[in-house]
This record gives sequence, C-alpha cells and structure tokens, in this order.
Amino acid sequence: MAKLPKPKELVEEIDYTPPEGPWMETRPEFKPGTYGYGVKAKNLKVLGLPNQRDFYPSEEDWQLPDNWKEIFLEGMEDRLNRFRSFRLFMDICVRCGACADKCHYFIGGGDPKNMPVLRGELLRSIYKRYFTTSGKVFGKLAGARDLTYDVLKEIWYYVYQCSECRRCSVFCPYGIDTCEITMMGRELMNLLGCNLNWIGEPVANCYRTGNHLGIEPQGITSIFEFLRDELEEITGVKVDLPFNQKGADILVIVPSGSYFADPGTYTMSGELLLLHYLKEKYGLTYTFSTYASEGGNFGLFTSNEVAKRLNAKMYAEAKRLGVKWILGGECGHMWRVVHQYMATFNGPADFLEVPRNPITGTVFEHAKETKMVHICEFTADLIKHGKLPLDKSRNDHWVVTFHDSCNPARGMGFFEEPRYVIKSVCNNFYEMPENTIREKTFCCGSGAGLGSDENIITRMRGGLPRANAVKYVHEKYGVNVLCCICAIDRASFPPLLDYWVPGVDCCGIHELVANALVLPDEERGVRKRTKDLRGNPLKGYEDLVEEE
Amino acid sequence: MSFNLAFYSALFGVLGLVGIALIGLGAHLQLVFGVIIPYVAVILFFVGMIRRVVIWGKCPVPFRIPTTSGQQMTSLPWVKRTLADKIESPSNNWWAALRVATEVLFFRSLFRNLKVNLTKDGPKISYFSSKWLWLGAIAFHYSFLVVLLRHLRFFTQPVPGFVHLLDQIDGFLEVGLPQVQISGFLLLIAVTYLLIRRIVVPQVRYISLPADYFPLFLIIGIALSGILMRYWFKVDVVAVKKLTLSLVHLHPKIPQEGIGWIFYVHLFLVCVLFAYFPFSKLVHMAGIFLSPTRNLPNNSRAVRHINPWNPVVKVHTYEEYEEEFREKMVEAGLPVEKPLEEKE
Amino acid sequence: MYDGGKIIAGLLIGLVLLTFPFWYNLGKAAKLPEPKLAPEAQKAKQCVESKEYMAAHHMQILNKWRDDVVRKRYRIYIGLNGKEFNMSLQNECMKCHTSKKEFCDQCHNFVDVKPYCWECHLEPKEAKEGK
Repeated sequence: MAKLPKPKELVEEIDYTPPEGPWMETRPEFKPGTYGYGVKAKNLKVLGLPNQRDFYPSEEDWQLPDNWKEIFLEGMEDRLNRFRSFRLFMDICVRCGACADKCHYFIGGGDPKNMPVLRGELLRSIYKRYFTTSGKVFGKLAGARDLTYDVLKEIWYYVYQCSECRRCSVFCPYGIDTCEITMMGRELMNLLGCNLNWIGEPVANCYRTGNHLGIEPQGITSIFEFLRDELEEITGVKVDLPFNQKGADILVIVPSGSYFADPGTYTMSGELLLLHYLKEKYGLTYTFSTYASEGGNFGLFTSNEVAKRLNAKMYAEAKRLGVKWILGGECGHMWRVVHQYMATFNGPADFLEVPRNPITGTVFEHAKETKMVHICEFTADLIKHGKLPLDKSRNDHWVVTFHDSCNPARGMGFFEEPRYVIKSVCNNFYEMPENTIREKTFCCGSGAGLGSDENIITRMRGGLPRANAVKYVHEKYGVNVLCCICAIDRASFPPLLDYWVPGVDCCGIHELVANALVLPDEERGVRKRTKDLRGNPLKGYEDLVEEE
Repeated sequence: MSFNLAFYSALFGVLGLVGIALIGLGAHLQLVFGVIIPYVAVILFFVGMIRRVVIWGKCPVPFRIPTTSGQQMTSLPWVKRTLADKIESPSNNWWAALRVATEVLFFRSLFRNLKVNLTKDGPKISYFSSKWLWLGAIAFHYSFLVVLLRHLRFFTQPVPGFVHLLDQIDGFLEVGLPQVQISGFLLLIAVTYLLIRRIVVPQVRYISLPADYFPLFLIIGIALSGILMRYWFKVDVVAVKKLTLSLVHLHPKIPQEGIGWIFYVHLFLVCVLFAYFPFSKLVHMAGIFLSPTRNLPNNSRAVRHINPWNPVVKVHTYEEYEEEFREKMVEAGLPVEKPLEEKE
Repeated sequence: MYDGGKIIAGLLIGLVLLTFPFWYNLGKAAKLPEPKLAPEAQKAKQCVESKEYMAAHHMQILNKWRDDVVRKRYRIYIGLNGKEFNMSLQNECMKCHTSKKEFCDQCHNFVDVKPYCWECHLEPKEAKEGK
C-alpha cells in the first residue's frame, strides 16, 4: 500500500494553476495511492462479464482483446444512441469553466483533469474524432484525438477518479452531469474488463450471496445475533431478529455496510432497537432478508445492466415474502438507485401496496410506485405524530453536524427529513457552512467504488473539502460527530476525519434516534440508560460507567 | 491543445473570413455575398438545427435523472418546501418546465456559481459567491437578443411596433448621431469580457479549444463591424433594407445604389455564424431544453419512468440462492422454501 | 423519436419564432421608398455633397450644421466643388426638398427612423395637404 503523506504535505502539493503544455499531450502517472486495484477474473466470471482475467492497471499490458478499440467505439456509439444524456452532454458543453472548481478531487488535488469539464473532454475528444464530421475533418483543431492505448488508460484513470457525486451538475448552466459521463466511461471500461476490484468483488458477492461483503445467510444471522447481544447489554432489551419471514408488513433492507463494521453497526443497532420498539408497542411486523441483504448496489458503478441485475432481488424478495412494502435503511447510492432507477429497472411493483405507516396512518403517496420508503421519512413521520418518546439529553455528549450524502441530496432531494429527525433527538446541532451542505454538499471522497485502501491518497484529497467544513464547525462549535445517512460515508469518514480533523467521530441518524428513544422499562422507571449504543457513558454518567 | 494554436487558429480564421469577404467584393461578387451565401447559411442553420434536435430526440431517456437542488416532494405535509424547492425539485412536468425556464431566461444554475479559495495554512477552504461569469453571460445573451430583434427593422415592412419600441428603449441615452444603441456596445463589451476571461483565467485557458475562441472572435467581428457601420463607415441604409427585404421576400435583388464594403463583411460574418451554429457547441441554445437533469420531474418514486430498451437481464433467483445455501440456512434456523432432502 | 410530441412542438415554436421575417412579410408587398425630388431640387441638380454621400451621411451633416450654427455661429458650409451653402435645414435644405412627406419621410419610414429634427424645427406645411 502507498505511503500516505502528512496532511500538511498533501496540502502543499495542491496547485490550481494548470501545468504548461497542452492537456491532450500529458498522460497521468499511475502513482501508488491514487487508484484502485484492478478486478479479478473470478469476480468477472460470476456475472459473466467480458474479458475475464486478473487486471493490473499499473502494468504496461492490460491484456485487452485485439479489437479493444473497436469494442470501445462500438460501445460508445451504442450508448450515444441509447442515452440522450450522453449524446447531449457530448454536444452542448461550451467549456465555460463554471464546473472547474466544484469537484472535490480538483479542490483537494489540483489535477486539471479532475475539473469536470476536462474529465468530460477526455471522452468528448473521442466522440468528436469518431462521431462528428468536424472532428473527422479538422482533427485536433476541433478538439478531437485518436483513441490510443495511452488515451484509454487516461480515460480509465479519470473515470475512476470521479465519485459520481453530481456536484458539478448543480452548477452547470446546461445541467451537464459528469456522473452520467463517468457512468458511460465506466460501462465502456467494463466492456474491456477494466473494472476496479473494489467494485467488481462486491458486485460478484452481491450477485451470489445477496450482499456486497459476501456474507452467507448463517453469517448474517450470527452477526445480527452479536449486535443483539451488545444491544441487550446496553438497553436490557433483547430485540427480535426476524429473517426471511413471510407475511410481515414490511421488508427492511439496509446496506451491508451497516452490519459489517463500526460505526455503521451502531446505526444498524439503532434501527433494530427502533423496529423492535415499534413491534412491541404498536404491533408492527417486519422482516429482514438474507437473500436481499444489501441495500447498496455497486452495479451502479459498473453498468446499468449490472445495477438492474443486483437490484432485482429487492422486489423479488418482497414478492416472495408477501410483504406490503419495503423500508430502506440509511445508505447513499442505494437511494439513488431506489429513488431514480428501481421502478424503471424492475417495476412495476404491483404486488405491493402503497406504503402506509400502520402506526400513524400516513400514506406515502410520493412512493406509491416504487413502494419503498426511506427509514428517515418513516421515523420523521413517527416523531411528528408523537409516537416515539424521546429524551434528547441522551445525546448531549454529542455535538452534531449533518453531512448531506451526495446521492440522497442531488439524486433525491432529501434535505429536511433527516434534519428534522436529528433536531428531534439531540440538543446540539450545528450546520456546516452553507456552500458545503444540501445540494452543494461535498462527497466523502470515497463514493462510487473508490473507497479502497490502496486509493488512499485520492480519497484523502477528495475528502478534503468535506473534512475542512467539518473542521470549521469543530473549531467554532466544538462539533464532535458527523452524522450522515450513507454506509460508504460511515466507512470512509473515520479515516478521513482522523487525517484532517482528529477528534470528530462519525455516526448514522438512527444511532442517535436509538440513544434518545425512551424504552418502556425506562419510561416506567424500572431501568435507566447510562451508556450510548457505543458503550460510552451518557452525559452525567461518566463516573458510573468508570466504576463498573 | 496549446493556447497559441487554439487562440491564433481561431483569430486568423476569423480574419481570414474578413479577407474572403473583401476579396469577394473586389471581384464584384455582390450576388454571391449578398444573396447566395445568406440563403445557404440560413438553410444550413435550419436544416442543421432540426437535424441536431432530431438526433437528440431519437436517443431515448432511459432513466429519470433530475439533479435535485431542492427538497423533494413528500407525503409528510409538514415538510416545508419553498418556491425554490418546488422549482429545483419539481414534482411534475409543469414545475420541471418552469425549472427549464429559469435556466433559459435567468441562467439559474450559473447564478449559483462559487469561487473556491484555499489557504494552505490551516488549511482553510472557503467559497465565495462569484457572479461575474453569470453577469457576463446574461449581458452577452440578452444584448445579442436585443440586437437581433432590432435588426428586424431591416427584415419587416411595415416595421412592427415592438421593434420600434425596443429601438427607443435601447437608445434611451439619446446621445450621438445616429443615436447610440446600448445593446450593441454591451454586446461587444460582454463578448470581449468572455474572451479575456478565457485568456486570463488559467483553468479556462487550459481547457479552451479553437472551437471556443472562434465563435467569440466571430461575434466580436460581427459586433465591431456593425458598430463601425452604424456610427462611422456609414452605408446607405435604404439600399441595405432593399436588399434584406428582397431576401425575406424570396425575390433577391442586389440594389442598384451599391452598399459599402463593411456591410458585406458584416453580413458574411453573420452568415458564417448561422452556418456554423448547428455544428458547434452553440447548439446549447436548443440543447438546454432537452437536458435530462433539468427537464425531468423528481417524482420517480410516484410515477414509473419507462426505459424503452429496458434490457432483459439474468438475475440470481432466490431458488438458486436457496439451492446453494439451504443446508446452512436450515442450520441457522432460517425458513426455506424446499425442505432439506434426507441424506441417505 | 422519444418525447416526439414535445420536441416537435418545441421545434415548431422555435421555427415559427426564428422565421418571423419570412412569414411576417407574406402577402405584404414591400412598399419601396420613392423619395421625390421637388422641381426645385431637380433644377439644382446637385446637393451639397454627392448623392451617395448624402444618402449615407446626411444626418451627420445636419448634426454638424446644427452644432456649428448654434454653438460656433458658423453659417457657411463649403460643399462639393467649393460651392457655399447656408447651414440651415429650413432655409437651405427645404428650399429644394420642399416636402417632408414626399422626400424625408419616404426613406425614414422605410427604415423606421424617427429623426428628432421636428422636435425643434417647425414641420413644414405640406402644400398639397388637405386638397
């Protein structure tokens, strides 16, 4: 693994002024730490994807088929004809440069090819050369260039240095979405078997075992049992773990990141506690599934076909189990897929009912087609109706800020619900500067399959704008936890914050909800909560816990 | 693309066009430059633009992918949505149309523009509202529009009242003779600003192609020749209008009186702009209306979007899954569809 | 075509707007200007400058005349072939070009210019008017 320079050194390297010399003639250097490992043959094999061989990006020879150029260009033509977005975005960019300093990888790194306009231009130059008359006639003067092995590698390097966060598209006067261009670039790379293993492996795992981490059914149940025991120690409540149960009202699907590692597991525990509470108090019936044990969808970072193949499990399992609707956990790109793609991919879900919260009676009309509701919408509705007794002071040891994850923000418009929940369960909440939140939010730097350890330098660079905004509220208000609704965030923020803003933790919303939720025994005064879900003492109980 | 190549190829390209017009006049090709080329340019413009839009139209929109820059519509009635939310996270096609309108008329997204500033000590990154590009773009596009509309006085007889009104408003300063029309100068200033910005801002300079400089030089040429013609190198306006009217009446005729050289230079550059339009980045004029991140409503969970080529894909079914893990599932106490076969 | 209805409607709207000059004039015979030279002018044969120059520059000449007379008290303009003219719209120009309607207005209306000469100067009474 690459040696990560000190934060100060990394900052010193940032230079927004582009180098001398034309961009068409410079080539990226495959420096360790700035790109992920290539996909393994065995992972391509699981889904039957092309060019199955172990792929090593740093090697001279990528072991491409002889007709790689033809495959690439035919694939490009095919996509130009199938995606209006792609064709249009190739045609209408005026290179005004409004997007240039909007990309977190550019802000944190300064590589001019991380300016969205130039990232797009890498493919646009190929488009011009092979698919427009002006490019064929005027060549370089029209901004066209030949597709060579080096150019292919350059495109690869930069489509895997875009986290598909869509921030640039907010600022583009024509709404050009570099995410779309990157998606197309990645689809083309996948025609040649040039995926990242950090994407290819989760995809293969998810296809076979139902989740990115490749956890088999018995593994899932034992992980959940472990979480249950931890939770019981803290709350005294032994939560139910319904799996693959037919006839429940709701199928709950969470990202596997939530039950795999800290601090995601605390969010998972929070969700478990909430659902159990609702079952005991209001008779809500729900089930998890081992087959649809993944909310996330790394297929989205591979190709739309693969995304559809992985997404199919959600509806299939909902149908098999006979539930009424689906509740989705806290996950970023999962919600991009659920909100903007799922009904199109695998709908219509006419075997499900329009989601209705059986406890409040609220009908989620805005999800009447997809039949899937975000757990924050669900919880917000419960809180608004006064169905959850909450003790905000139990989160007083946290000073919270909220990170709008890219996908729920710019692919869903999910701003108020999570904020409402957070403000309802904790007393200390501070927003980060306005140009770094909501639709202008910054990526964690590790989205869209770029969160691997070997990619650490790119990740730390890309995460700088976000971390720096956290630093601002950390220093100004003493913020000590960054709350978010994305599993990739919860996996990538701990190292990122450690690097740029030591002393700030990361959590999910439902961890805070569960901390504040007053359980029946607690309401009756039979039991008192002294620790949060992490086993840390609540404010006022510091001594008590130390004595133990 | 090096700056020099991009910049000078475009500059000399436009200067070359001026030269072509002058040589043509020297060779008494008034008919070519006054009639044939304008017709060809207009035809290229319309056919080219329609062709471009039809190409876009033939591409399906497989997914509904609006960039949501505002709070989603929701069934939780207490979630407040501001007007901005309703426009930037449109709940139906009407709101989406309004969103496109704000982009077309006010350059809404560009208005949001920020500039980043990095202080390495700290480090501290801050963001400033930066509206210069927006201002320049608005000034450029609107002044160009006004100039175009004012030119209708050469193409209509009688001249419609709104054109005359525009003329008066545009000349409200009441200075100079002929009266100074602000739009023309504003156009020249704005387009010059856009050019200077392209040269001076290092990142923009780095990404600029001849295709970026060329239209700027072309429009500078058009504005400059127009201004020179109106205020200094005067031509016989009556003769000009005789020609332009004859063109739109489809009875083209070069007027006897003769028109000054600068008119033909101006006209030729305009023709080049028209002909060049559909084959360049200038097609953003039509493209903005078709941009899927702007013209689609954010209602994908309420109304299903149909992908016309929705592929049939191979999925890993539950049966296949259970087949592989049945034993382990039973052992873990998970229900299964098919009971374990008794081992013999 | 996908979203064909909307796209074609949009194209049509664009087409209609952009071809405005073509269809606006349909059926309207363009009335070309016919500035009439009054007998006085025909007799004089020659204006202060050449005809071509006058066609393009007369407004500038008048503007200069006004400034010269009002601000500098110059009165005499030396025109083509050294001929001297009294710099006066009413007393010199209108001496030959007697009718505003038959001469000035012809072209001014054609190219839609409304000069402000007559905001100060008395508009000449049209001889034939009312008859």
